[in-house]
Amino acid sequence: MIAAVCCILRRDLLLSLRRRSDVATALLFFVIVASLFPLGIGAEPNLLRSIAPGVIWVAALLSSMLSLGRLFAADHADGTLEQMLLGAAPLGVVAAAKVLAHWLVSGLPLVVIAPLIALQYDLPAPLFGVLALSLLLGTPVLSLVGAIGAALTLGVRGGGVLLSLLVLPLYVPVLIFGAGSVDMAAAGLTPQGQLELLAALLLVSAALAPWAIGAALRISTE
Amino acid sequence: MSATIKWFWYASPQTFLPLAGTMARACWAGAALLALAGLYVGFFVAPTDAQQGEAYRIIFIHVPAAWMSMFLYLVMAGWAALGLAFHTRLSSMMASALAPTGALFTFIALWTGALWGRPTWGTYWVWDARLTSELILLFLYLGFMALQAAIDDPRRADRAGALLAIVGAVNVPIIYYSVQWWNTLHQGASVSLAKAPSMAAAMFAGMILMALAFWCYSIAAALTRVRCIILERR
Repeated sequence: MIAAVCCILRRDLLLSLRRRSDVATALLFFVIVASLFPLGIGAEPNLLRSIAPGVIWVAALLSSMLSLGRLFAADHADGTLEQMLLGAAPLGVVAAAKVLAHWLVSGLPLVVIAPLIALQYDLPAPLFGVLALSLLLGTPVLSLVGAIGAALTLGVRGGGVLLSLLVLPLYVPVLIFGAGSVDMAAAGLTPQGQLELLAALLLVSAALAPWAIGAALRISTE
Repeated sequence: MSATIKWFWYASPQTFLPLAGTMARACWAGAALLALAGLYVGFFVAPTDAQQGEAYRIIFIHVPAAWMSMFLYLVMAGWAALGLAFHTRLSSMMASALAPTGALFTFIALWTGALWGRPTWGTYWVWDARLTSELILLFLYLGFMALQAAIDDPRRADRAGALLAIVGAVNVPIIYYSVQWWNTLHQGASVSLAKAPSMAAAMFAGMILMALAFWCYSIAAALTRVRCIILERR
């Protein structure tokens, strides 16, 4: 089982390394979306400071949703996915490994680059840590929950738009607690409660989502 | 052998079709009668509210619609889970038949809420916990319907929709509480099962009558729709 996880992780990471532009596109999208808001609503520093957590989180939501399409599509197209379904490793474990690999190339870069965006929005430096930590806890939840939608819409016409319709409502709690934790810290209160709730969401989705992803993959490939 | 209960007798679309027709007719009649009685009580018997004046009378549509919108999602998810577990085609058909009715009630609850909010709060929309979670519920219904509509193979559409409905049902309480934590401005619940209702008996009676009418309507609409689905797939 561990061997299967390592194998899938290694393979998926290697594939993304060979197609670096895919990873870069999603990251660039995150940066561009976040940069558009000041252009749309004006560069008043106080306003920017107050909307920064929400804007950065919404941009992270959209960016991680955009990259979901890649999660299973290529494997589905070339038949690798069917081999994985037939293989000996439990489907939940396979799904978890694929999601982990996906998060490492699409979620983790967001965590790293978010403080840079926060700098643009003139967010006080002590908040950078909270922002990065909230993204670190929240983006894996986005990948896990989003993967259910990605598996369900595999090979369905209009998949991309449909995926956003399915997945975005389910992202709401992560957005609330993620942006809320930074807001709390900005107000001088402790963000611990929100971060703990985010961690709870992460644990629950890590325990349940792989099985749902596995079931969705079976439905989509039969 | 004849003594055993045939649990799955009506699980076959063929045997269910005539039963659904009879039940749907009875429920349509029940819905019409109950709605007439409820609207009569609501408009003519119930007293005018001391604080909100006549505007409060939208409660007779708004509250039952909001109840049904949340309840129907759970019923839909229940049928969907049954369909996944037992591979009974009819259960999945019931789930897809319930979705439009649920979405309709969610929309009615939001719409009447906006009309109610204007005279009482002075605004059509506030980003309040219950309004927001109702809006997200509408998105969940629409997502379910869009997913089923996008998949051509009915078996796959049934099962994919079922999984989505179950995932949604697990998420509904989390969404509800997260949104509630996020912002609460809405007045507290005026009816709860634990304590006596804090409103006039006639108001309460009108609301219960309307709730029963909506129940009958939902059953009738779902059964009529499921008959269409059965005939369509035959």
